[in-house]
Amino acid sequence: MSWMVLPALAVFVAFGIIPLLGALGLSFTQWDGIGDIHPAGLDSWRAALGDSELYHALGVTFLVMALSWLFQTPISLLIGVFLASHKRYRGLLAVLFFIPLLLSSAAIAITYGALLNPNFGLGAGLNIPLLNQDWLGQSNLAVCTVVFVVSWQFIPFHSLIYQGAVRQIPRSMFEAAEIDGAGRASAFFRITLPQLKYTIITSSTLMVVGSLTFFDLIFVLTSGGPGDATRVLALEMYQTGFKANLMGPASVIAVILVLVGLGLALLLRRIGGGSASDSQMEGA
Amino acid sequence: MERSPISRRTLLSLTAAAGAGAALAACGSSGPGGGGSSDAKGGTASYWFLTGQPGEGIRQAAAERFNKANPDNKLQFTAFENDAYKQKIKTAIGAGQAPTLIWGWGGGGLKSYVDAGQVEDLTGWFGENAAVKDRLFPSSFGPATVGGKIYAMPCETVQPIVLYYNKKVFAQAGAQPPQSFEDMMALIPTFKKAGVTPFSLAGKARWTNMMWLEFLLDRIGGPEVFQSVFEGEKDAWSDPAVLDMLTKIQTMVQAGAFGKGFSSVDAADNADQALLYTGKAAMMLHGGWTYGSMKKDGGDFVSGGNLGWMNFPPVAGGKGDPTDTVGNPGQYLAISSKATAEQKATAKKFFTSGVLDADETKAWINDGGSVPVVKGTEAVLAASPDAAFLKYVYDTSVNAKVFAQSWDQALSPTAAEALLDNIAKLFQMDVTPQQWVTNMNQVIGK
Repeated sequence: MSWMVLPALAVFVAFGIIPLLGALGLSFTQWDGIGDIHPAGLDSWRAALGDSELYHALGVTFLVMALSWLFQTPISLLIGVFLASHKRYRGLLAVLFFIPLLLSSAAIAITYGALLNPNFGLGAGLNIPLLNQDWLGQSNLAVCTVVFVVSWQFIPFHSLIYQGAVRQIPRSMFEAAEIDGAGRASAFFRITLPQLKYTIITSSTLMVVGSLTFFDLIFVLTSGGPGDATRVLALEMYQTGFKANLMGPASVIAVILVLVGLGLALLLRRIGGGSASDSQMEGA
Repeated sequence: MERSPISRRTLLSLTAAAGAGAALAACGSSGPGGGGSSDAKGGTASYWFLTGQPGEGIRQAAAERFNKANPDNKLQFTAFENDAYKQKIKTAIGAGQAPTLIWGWGGGGLKSYVDAGQVEDLTGWFGENAAVKDRLFPSSFGPATVGGKIYAMPCETVQPIVLYYNKKVFAQAGAQPPQSFEDMMALIPTFKKAGVTPFSLAGKARWTNMMWLEFLLDRIGGPEVFQSVFEGEKDAWSDPAVLDMLTKIQTMVQAGAFGKGFSSVDAADNADQALLYTGKAAMMLHGGWTYGSMKKDGGDFVSGGNLGWMNFPPVAGGKGDPTDTVGNPGQYLAISSKATAEQKATAKKFFTSGVLDADETKAWINDGGSVPVVKGTEAVLAASPDAAFLKYVYDTSVNAKVFAQSWDQALSPTAAEALLDNIAKLFQMDVTPQQWVTNMNQVIGK
């Protein structure tokens, strides 16, 4: 059945590997995106690595990554566990919780941009001082706002993963725990959480690697501003390549993005111990 | 139940894959430049321009009129949103898929196309067709000229940057329009006390902030300071006038001149104009093109005579001439050097008979509230319902001792991006004036 991998492999090579090699090649050249491409040795690498903006963008990327992991994981875990039990209205609630994921990032960003507008937004319109903050205009607050909006979009997705995983935990385990006199809380911490270990790793990998390439929502919501407060690595790459016409250094940033992403994915697997794809479930 | 060797699902996925493949192939073959040459006749020239009323309708009507008059040499036009267009046109030119007619702002962007050999040299053509050249404002040819040669046809309108104010808000606060920069500073606390933002500013767009730097530097140090930056003189930003200007900007930011949250206000949705016409802000420094959109969106704000305008006032002790102005001396149409001979001929025909014909000129004046870059429109301007504003724009443009091109358009894209980036940080108080000068000196001539 190994031929079945061919279509996926072909797509991956055409849209993953070949552009990647292209970017690697471009990183050793000088090109403004319009004229001819000139080989430039390590000039682009020197220019990109010598630019303090790169390190700032890396810092912002890791900050957004860490904050959104910290914010998303507990909430999606709890929502996932809540939705997994078969009780009344939960099917309906699951549909409602899922809505944010159906919207495009650009639509979400435009909507939040309008709601958070300091002059015509929700806070100003309803005259609620608590909501009337400069959400996207102050450096620290803007980072938090971006993390919130990103999380709002992706919590449903991770909840779905957790919901599926919780439903896979054999019922017999909970029944045994009940007989042993375990309460709800201790059943959650002693059975549900350990059983979800590999789901947590999968979900975290998706979050961490996903936030590396996160671009559209931040681009529409803040354009990396105010100043460069929310300029993540992907945005820095875009601005260098397509606004400043420096394709060489932009390709260097692209290569760095790939390396950081690969490194993080490997690290997360290592933390998980053994192979995360092995099933830990009885009979599943 | 026995399963047939090829299940229905396999068939379905195969059809889906074939469909996707066909779709991809279709994407490949109908490139933008190809659209012009493969469809219809060889003389069909492709033409991209900007969306946004009233300009979009005027551009479209002009192209349609040309097509009606020239059924054999048509224009195939597509409209794009401003920021999206700036990226798309660069990518298309780099990929050799440029439209025949390349709409733009001239200056540094045009120079990068010239350096790459992507646009036609029109010097000779303008020499042969002196009538086409002579009917346009001579000042509009500045940004179309690179190294003494003309590479683009000026079109559309002249757009100086104007200091607008809301007369109603001024009357309510009992204030007078500022006569000097010092008056402007004094008005900040007056309006803040009245709960009004002194100056509306869409800081998210960055080039909006730049207009403040352009005028302040001109009024303090004269146009020569930026000119030497433009010419690539080493450490040109180190002029003391620059430091003075940057310090004044940060003083304004700290005094709350631009209101709370200005750095997240976006110019793309005209939120800055809305602040002015809803009376939430007292003044706004913005391009002449905003007159048309405020007239359209602001209810009776413009027609009721509540909008005031003036040139940026002088700074005490400054060297700049108070008649100087900054902005767009015109918009520009270049011809792609990759186009076929027939397409180029169509484009040139459009230059002679289509661009700023009598109808388009009238439309820019009456519907656009703007001054076209054509000579001899005084009578139409005076008859327009917006005669007062148009006369102001016309006089400002014609009488300006120096009509400087916007900095981000004049500089190369690389230097312009560094400039906008550092300007955003300046307004955010992330850099000191001294750091700003150091950062910007590094990209001079790049």
